[in-house]
Amino acid sequence: MKSGSNLEKVILSGQPAVTAELGPPMSADPHEVIKKANQLKGFCDAANITDCQTAVVRISSIAAAALALREGLEPVMQMTCRDRNRIAIQADLLGAAALGLKNCLCLAGDHQVFSSAGRLKGHPGAKNVYDVDTCQLVGILKKMRDEGLQEGGDKLEVAPKFFIGASWTPMGDPIDFRPMNLMKKVNAGADFIQTQGIYDIELFRAQMEKIRNMGLHERTAILGGIIVPRSAMMLKYMDSSVAGVTVPKPLIDRLNKAKEAAGDDKKKARELQEAEGLKITIELIHQVLETPGVKGVHIQAIEWESAIEGIVKAAGLYPRPTFTD
Amino acid sequence: MIVGSQKSIDELWEMTKDFKKVLVFGCNTCVAICHAGGEKEAETIATLLRMRAAQEGKAMEVDFTSVMRHCEPEYFEPVLEDLKKYDLILSTACGVGVNFLSDRTGNIPVYPGINTSFYGAVEAPGVFVELCAGCGNCILHLTGGICPIARCSKTLMNGPCGGTNKGKCEISKDVDCAWYLIVERMKKLGTLEKLAEVQPPRNWSTSRDGGPRRVSLEHIRAFEEQEAGKSDPAGGKK
Repeated sequence: MKSGSNLEKVILSGQPAVTAELGPPMSADPHEVIKKANQLKGFCDAANITDCQTAVVRISSIAAAALALREGLEPVMQMTCRDRNRIAIQADLLGAAALGLKNCLCLAGDHQVFSSAGRLKGHPGAKNVYDVDTCQLVGILKKMRDEGLQEGGDKLEVAPKFFIGASWTPMGDPIDFRPMNLMKKVNAGADFIQTQGIYDIELFRAQMEKIRNMGLHERTAILGGIIVPRSAMMLKYMDSSVAGVTVPKPLIDRLNKAKEAAGDDKKKARELQEAEGLKITIELIHQVLETPGVKGVHIQAIEWESAIEGIVKAAGLYPRPTFTD
Repeated sequence: MIVGSQKSIDELWEMTKDFKKVLVFGCNTCVAICHAGGEKEAETIATLLRMRAAQEGKAMEVDFTSVMRHCEPEYFEPVLEDLKKYDLILSTACGVGVNFLSDRTGNIPVYPGINTSFYGAVEAPGVFVELCAGCGNCILHLTGGICPIARCSKTLMNGPCGGTNKGKCEISKDVDCAWYLIVERMKKLGTLEKLAEVQPPRNWSTSRDGGPRRVSLEHIRAFEEQEAGKSDPAGGKK
């Protein structure tokens, strides 16, 4: 066992792993994290704690992960390359390990321009760091864990033992490079992979075939990304604007139909779309898990953590495995 | 070349309004090509400042002149004494020129007349693009001649992030994804496999992160010192 994390144990057991996501608040109030942690606890094997997603300042991933851990939810801390150089990254990794965190997902991080793309002012004028990139960050975690060395070569008395994750955008541009992209992350040391949201199952399966031919599915645990759709508008936006995501028209049509069935009743339109969105989610989970080489699912119910319990139960993925040691 | 862009006249006025005798000093190499700070632009800025001074009722004398380059002493040394007749030199050279001149004008301040933008090329008439970041450790042979340090908004070294959308960068639909270009270029060159290797963390000390940089050519220095020694009986030692 590399880290002894619950997520690692589930993956080693051969059962399909389930991870979810918890977005920390733009506030110093811990209760939001505590509330969400309790909504997710028991319904996933670990939950990603996002690291200032879309470059918006929030409770840091490590601090929120420590709060979640106290509630009994195993966190996957996230570490982006955007905000820290290798000194800060390693200092934070040592601190995170000392706090009991065992999973770390390595990410490039959204560019700071995203912080003001919505209704917020954000910090679009911030300086980004990118001292290292994702592959290099994965390599740093592996070197610290397996060799007990800092990136610079200095010894660590006690090495941080992380189960190392990375993201993968299987359907991103340039699509024929994406398998090599994954290979590099695996070669650098990624133990598990969480993918960008999958709606186009055929395209995902075509990419997974290439991954199997490269043998990568045996060297890392690939968890297929599921982003829970809530409305036709959301799916249309994801299709047109979110990098690496294409949504087949029949899925958008289904949510449109649900919306239209409600007539002018806005509340009902929302409820019907959410119900249809949950149905689509369950279908996608099954399709992704049936894809050879996939070891689990990463379910993102964005700002809708309360939906995870129902989804996991309806997908037949409850109860989650437990381990005595 | 070094690409610059003009500052607003309001900003230039705020900088200069308390001086009586101002010289707008153009530079006729890089910043002239990008229409930011050559003699023509220096003349325009001087005219605008004079008009503004008249509008605001300020007595300000504004002249303009230019040299080929602000970054080599041989070009501006002949006019250095003339420059010292002014209370302010508004240099429309790049930041290199402003600094270099500033170190040599004694108690006469040198202010920046333009913004220095980047090292770039002329993509089309009037369009300039950044293509090099001057990182001090060139790896273009590994990336199909396309620089991920200058052209990827995250300076990624091992391939694209998840933000590539239809060949464009996540920061804007108007910005090409450097890694999309690199992959397409290397496919054409038949060298895509080169990208399979994981590039380790970079040593950024050759970049600005190592502090101000200096290149000193030993053979040129030795020759210069020898020449100085010939004309200086003390042996050229200072």
